[in-house]
Amino acid sequence: MLNSYKLETKDKELLESLQIFFRSILELDEISAILVPKLLPMKNMVMPVLITDPAQLDNVDPLSPAFPMNTSKIVSRLSRKPIGGKIAVVLRPCEIRAFVELVKLKQGCIDEIVIIGIDCLGAYKNRDYFLFASEDEKGSTQRFYSSVLSGKGASFDNIDLAPACSVCEQPIPGYTDILIGLYGMDINDHILIQPKTPTGESILSRLKLPETEEPLKRKEAIDTLINERTACRDRMFAETTEATDNLEKLTTYLASCVNCYNCRVACPVCYCKECVFVTDVFNHEPSQYLRWAERKGQIKMPTDTVFYHITRLAHMSTACIGCGQCSNACPNDIPVMELFRTVAHKTQKAFEYEAGRNIEQKPPLSEFREEEFDEVVGIS
Amino acid sequence: MKDFEPSIIAFVCNWCTYTAADLAGTSRLSYPRNIRLIRVMCTGMIDPQYVIKAFLEGADGVLVSGCHPGDCHYINGNYKARRRIKLLKEILPRFGFEPERLRLTWIGASDGIQFAEIMRELVTQVKTLGPNSAKLKMVI
Repeated sequence: MLNSYKLETKDKELLESLQIFFRSILELDEISAILVPKLLPMKNMVMPVLITDPAQLDNVDPLSPAFPMNTSKIVSRLSRKPIGGKIAVVLRPCEIRAFVELVKLKQGCIDEIVIIGIDCLGAYKNRDYFLFASEDEKGSTQRFYSSVLSGKGASFDNIDLAPACSVCEQPIPGYTDILIGLYGMDINDHILIQPKTPTGESILSRLKLPETEEPLKRKEAIDTLINERTACRDRMFAETTEATDNLEKLTTYLASCVNCYNCRVACPVCYCKECVFVTDVFNHEPSQYLRWAERKGQIKMPTDTVFYHITRLAHMSTACIGCGQCSNACPNDIPVMELFRTVAHKTQKAFEYEAGRNIEQKPPLSEFREEEFDEVVGIS
Repeated sequence: MKDFEPSIIAFVCNWCTYTAADLAGTSRLSYPRNIRLIRVMCTGMIDPQYVIKAFLEGADGVLVSGCHPGDCHYINGNYKARRRIKLLKEILPRFGFEPERLRLTWIGASDGIQFAEIMRELVTQVKTLGPNSAKLKMVI
């Protein structure tokens, strides 16, 4: 059991304490840079920023309810070849899970990455975030985390957590070097910092933080939250299953899809470098459309919409980590996340796999055993 | 539904099941004409999207058939196919495609008689299931 440390937040704003903590990590010799969400100077928007100068850490804001992208894609981009220095990355739990999947798919490397996972307070949909933050981003983040951590919830006016966050049963980072614990802590006194790996321990032991023990009420708070979220999730699974349980309902569910493929672009685990749906395979001959239309007297354009979604389910649902960026990216508000999480839950269960949990376990479709799944063989 | 003649797409591997089909032919065995064979080098190359496309285009049944375990000419393609069929059997039934419409069999190169028998049985089974709903409705 590794020691736990506390990060004092007395007489300071929580974000300021976190900035001081990140600064102390960036000032270590072996850490070359830190990738962390930061309020952009030019617009009221929070984006991942790669910072090498400790003086640039003010306005860093990992607690904002902005979730413009799944940052695992950035970490993958940073680590696909040797970087030449260690980078600390501050990630939400779903971003960590996505990165774990990308590492398994050889689209990222963990060797020079130090993961700092932070208890996730959830996020709003992009459009809702802009409404919420409007003019005063800094104040809005404080308003958000104070409300969530005091148990008053994340809903303000007509704005509530994004659907993916409201059914997320994994708000605590699993695979991480350093954990920043917020739930169940008295944020006006201190928050929890825990090393989860020898790398994390070697970093934290040099920061001279006071030691502490994980309070019992943290575990209680987490259990309560996970139980609530799991219940919401299971309700969502049941509703989505009901709404798509035959082909007619599925086509209704996806009827407003315009084949923009934004969901695939936003998806952190849609791993193909070139998607088959944008290749010439789907650039059909003009006369082909006419033949298809003639078969039933009509054909909806663009074609291959349901085909695209079911294929994507077959290709990536075993890696789906439930971040909800697909729904966030949909211009027509199709509940993509609900469909994908519902199916992913089943496909991952079928292979006794949980995306993003164990970096050693191979993805289900990249391995096989000689004796397995006999029930799918034969015609009786 | 007495006159219903199903269309069944069969993806068969070059080395075993296709050879068995050839043997059935040269042995003058008969089997229903509802089966449309698509020869592939190995069942391990069958991307799930081929099966999905077949169903969305109105195939009433899809068969994937290759070499017996241990006999794959590419060592392990049939094991990979088995995982993909398992995956598809988790996904497609959720959208109303009966799991019995999708079948995986191992038919070795010398099993001409067995090939013809399985095809006859498969057609009977798919006939009782009735037509695939994708055939009748507009699929977007």
